Amino acid sequence: MDISKYETVIGLEIHVQLQTNSKIFAPDTNSFGAEPNTNISYITLGHPGTLPFANERIMEYAVKIGLATNCKIERHNRFARKNYFYADLPKGYQITQNLTPICYDGYLPIEVNGEVKKIGITRIHLEEDAGKSTHDQDPNYSLIDLNRAGTPLVEIVSEPDIRSADEAYQYVSDMRRIVRYLGISDADMEKGNLRCDVNISVMLKGAKEYGERVEVKNINSLRNVKRAIEFETKRQIKLVEKGVQVERQTRSFDASNGTTFSLRDKELAHDYRYFPEPDLPQMYVSEEYIAAIEAEMPTLPKALQDEFTQKLGLSAYDAGVLTDEKEMAAYFCEAIKHTDDYKAVVNWLMGPVKEYLNKNNADIGNFALLPKQLVELIHLIKDGQLSFSVAAQKLLPEWIEQPQMSALNLAKSLNLLMESDDDFIEEVIERVLQQFPDKVKAYQKGRKGMTGFFMGQIMKASKGKADPKLTNKLLAKKLKEVN
Amino acid sequence: MQHYKNLKVIQRDLAAAKITCAGLVDFYLSNIAQSQETNAYLEVFEEEARQKAKELDQKIANGEKLGRLHGMVIAIKDVICYKNHKISASSNILSNFESLFSSTAVERILLEDAIIIGRTSCDEFAMGSTNENSAFGVVRNFDNLDKVPGGSSGGSAVAVQANTCLAALGSDTGGSVRQPASFCNVIGFKPTYGRISRHGLIAYASSFDQIGTLTQSVEDAALLLEIMAGKDDFDGTNSSKSVPKYSEALQEVSSDKEKKRIAYFKEALENEGLDAEIQQKTKELLAKLQSEGHTVEAVSFPYLDYLVPTYYILTTAEASSNLSRYDGIHYGHRSKDAKNMEATYRNSRTEAFGEEVKRRIMLGTFVLSSGYYDAYYSKAQKVRRLIHDYTRNIFKNFDFILTPTTPTPAFDIGDKEYQDPVSMYLADIYTVQANLVGIPAVSVPLSHHSNGMSFGVQLMADKFEESELLKFGKKLTL
Repeated sequence: MDISKYETVIGLEIHVQLQTNSKIFAPDTNSFGAEPNTNISYITLGHPGTLPFANERIMEYAVKIGLATNCKIERHNRFARKNYFYADLPKGYQITQNLTPICYDGYLPIEVNGEVKKIGITRIHLEEDAGKSTHDQDPNYSLIDLNRAGTPLVEIVSEPDIRSADEAYQYVSDMRRIVRYLGISDADMEKGNLRCDVNISVMLKGAKEYGERVEVKNINSLRNVKRAIEFETKRQIKLVEKGVQVERQTRSFDASNGTTFSLRDKELAHDYRYFPEPDLPQMYVSEEYIAAIEAEMPTLPKALQDEFTQKLGLSAYDAGVLTDEKEMAAYFCEAIKHTDDYKAVVNWLMGPVKEYLNKNNADIGNFALLPKQLVELIHLIKDGQLSFSVAAQKLLPEWIEQPQMSALNLAKSLNLLMESDDDFIEEVIERVLQQFPDKVKAYQKGRKGMTGFFMGQIMKASKGKADPKLTNKLLAKKLKEVN
Repeated sequence: MQHYKNLKVIQRDLAAAKITCAGLVDFYLSNIAQSQETNAYLEVFEEEARQKAKELDQKIANGEKLGRLHGMVIAIKDVICYKNHKISASSNILSNFESLFSSTAVERILLEDAIIIGRTSCDEFAMGSTNENSAFGVVRNFDNLDKVPGGSSGGSAVAVQANTCLAALGSDTGGSVRQPASFCNVIGFKPTYGRISRHGLIAYASSFDQIGTLTQSVEDAALLLEIMAGKDDFDGTNSSKSVPKYSEALQEVSSDKEKKRIAYFKEALENEGLDAEIQQKTKELLAKLQSEGHTVEAVSFPYLDYLVPTYYILTTAEASSNLSRYDGIHYGHRSKDAKNMEATYRNSRTEAFGEEVKRRIMLGTFVLSSGYYDAYYSKAQKVRRLIHDYTRNIFKNFDFILTPTTPTPAFDIGDKEYQDPVSMYLADIYTVQANLVGIPAVSVPLSHHSNGMSFGVQLMADKFEESELLKFGKKLTL
């Protein structure tokens, strides 16, 4: 089987749950993880006589994501009803935007293997989420949780511009980063805040017509986007090689073995009987409204990354890691207001801080030390009052416990400051040299590299407090004297 | 006790301690008992009404501040939600369903001390013109028990007609308040679309539905509107326009010498389906108005034949979707012999919906289905727009459009002629226009037919012109 003969054509539909306080058309709390069927009012339940009324935040959020992805914005926004019966759909229809998506004709540039490629965005539309059905928890019943019903969603539909699993990965990953930066969603795939359906077909390279398309659903992590595409590509190519027609169908991804299986063969011709939602008025998005949102848009990760590499001279890698999370980037930006030593800040964030956060399962967003305080630490090291390792291993964990103290005072009280007292250092040097007479002899015989060994031992004996510059000088002098 | 037709008189007599609220409620309850064969009520809130009356009497005795509707005993159509009370839309599919909330309209009248005496029968989900489509039996006209009361708010119309309450709330999607008012010799009023919140009104066709009133005086219609109308955050299609003091505007009517411009449609008056006596009386009224100095002119209305088809395509489309929620899964009737999800839907709905409701769901499903959408739904939307624009345009030169309310007086229960649903639908010819356009309309009693049944005349005005409409409506009743 010669895979290289084929080209994979991929389009993605990304559903993002918008993090609003209340639901899209009802005042119920919109939150993830509550006890089943607790965030449900009679409106969400679609009781007789209830009507939807739109949460105005959804327009703002949708415009934000539209602007971030270079879309045009529809001024006159209407909703439609998509009619179908399902147990987790209380009204028997879903309110969605059918013919008039709020955002359309946009693109997102992605970078894969150093090459930038624009992925077209067909449309971004608003809709309400359905409830959640669980079919495998009880032998006799399907369980329905309607907390999710009425959660605001945007569906971001890409053009079939994606050609590989890597591109798809990058596209979803960039999109996720963008919505997080915009603060409109946690976009956590495992929680279902961000869901991704993949439309995929294969064709011979250079072919004019796309192959029959298969939709893969239930992909619950970024890694699985890649796995699903890789599996599905191979499956389809195998069929084509055998001369079997790929069937248009909906498949589900099975994360346990990395395969896909058919959900519905030859997709039933669903007739959703869309028609304009008569219960909701048209929502108008004015020029001024868009301008106001545009003025408040945060710097997006790509722009920030460019700024870090081009203006601050950080490596592409460092810039990438720093901008991965909005909060980390914000912390960094705040910290460098207080120091020009960007690299030191990066090293601290990527090193001891990240290590601490990972170990304690914490977020930079609620890290005990302010960016300014981290810089205080960096300055102490630079001034030679503290060694990096003592600062990272001893002072940092203590300071996090009592961040109201100044770094200097805390270091003093813990006796962690460097000794720049000649007598103290000379005493330690003497002790070390006496301890290792053979090493001293070796040095005298010309093995000048022994200096490093002595320095290490001195640091150890002084518990890292000996000022390295001064120690170096005094050690050289002492070794000469012994000579 | 005298037959009160106006809340003002009741309040005057209450203030003079000639009557008590408790006495009023007892009186109405005994009238309910005496008119039981009409089957107008699905449920009478006897104890509650007595209790509320007692509390009000105490308030009066204490000299406390009273709500503007104190002394009004009112019935509500079974499509209007009242918290912790059953509501069924006269359908088996909502058997034993209790509403968790009150409609905005009910909340507002309760705040003004109205006493709700019961919920009245109607055509199932407000679909029908005879009140024969109730799952709980036909409702009979109190003037002649062999005649229909009209529909869909037939129970509410009869409740007022039989003086079992002072007023009743109904809902009007295509004439459901005005047509039974015409058949039952009461005043039926439908405000501008969006004037009264639909929150808590069980939806039939969302872009047509409007709560309306059945009363014995125009003043009561005006006061109820004044109280129920106005901005409500629970309904996005509700108007935020400020609410005029409709009831005050009515006070000047008797001395008002203002001349109005009244249009009528020649095609409507020459319509072959129109009863000759109704035609005659309507023409006489027009002549009388002209002789009083009002401008009365025939206006051409080329869309007359399109009113009913447009109305039925669009209302059934919306209804097919609005009624999807009654699926046997979350509440209401669930089939006992369904083995899977699809059968639960199919059996529950097959068992519990009546024939007319099923017919309209199927019709609506059809006109929205792919392949037919453009030919039916989309085309009907365009025609609605034409009708809307044409009608609104008439109001540039006229204050009112006057038509008969119905082409015939009340017909016999089970009338063969109306077994064909289409001929039944055609009887809505005069009333659906106001709902297609969203304008206010009122039916006031005009005369009695030689067969003894009453019939009304309908006035329509431009959007939000309720004050003028009610003023002139009152003039017609003088």
